[in-house]
Amino acid sequence: MAEIKVDCVGETCPVPLVETRKALRKAKEGDIIEVTGTHPSSKKEIPMAVKAMGLELLEVKEEKEGVWTIRIRR
Amino acid sequence: MANKAAIIVHSGDMDKVYSALILGNGALSMGMEASLFFTFWGLQRLKKGGLEGGPLSKMNLLGLGKWIIKRKMKQAKVASLEKLIQDFKELGGKILACDMTMDIMGVKREDLRDDLISDYCGVGTYMDEAKDATVTLFI
Repeated sequence: MAEIKVDCVGETCPVPLVETRKALRKAKEGDIIEVTGTHPSSKKEIPMAVKAMGLELLEVKEEKEGVWTIRIRR
Repeated sequence: MANKAAIIVHSGDMDKVYSALILGNGALSMGMEASLFFTFWGLQRLKKGGLEGGPLSKMNLLGLGKWIIKRKMKQAKVASLEKLIQDFKELGGKILACDMTMDIMGVKREDLRDDLISDYCGVGTYMDEAKDATVTLFI
């Protein structure tokens, strides 16, 4: 199972959401997608998309102020 | 009802084409289907080299307003319309071109970006897309 990293630091709407979806489409079932970004709304909206698509949200964390990381299992 | 967005792109204004493409990409990113029906002034944006060519819907000021907004967008790292339309296609979005507009405005197929267009069609195709869509918009 692969782990795919998506770097959206500095990107704004709708790029983090779109890049996450693109990565999810390319991933195989069971693969982990890790998205990192700084756009505040995407931190809320990527989990919404994960839920809408019935996928598994593994983690949402913000270790450094303003930089979030979201992990999803396809 | 299908989880789908069917959007009419009637305006060719740059800011409104941005709205349409961002909404279309947003729908696809949320796991929905999406189609964009380009008609009238919107269709002009599907001409070769025409995507970024629309004026600003307000305060265009003969292009000065558009230039200022474009510069601000670049500073804010907003994606280009070209990236948004390529992403829309990659995520499986459908782009429909209004054939009646082509007749009225003398737009030929070879004038348009055929690589992006899923179908050349009329109101029937749009309504067929829209009849079971959960989101329909006219921009």
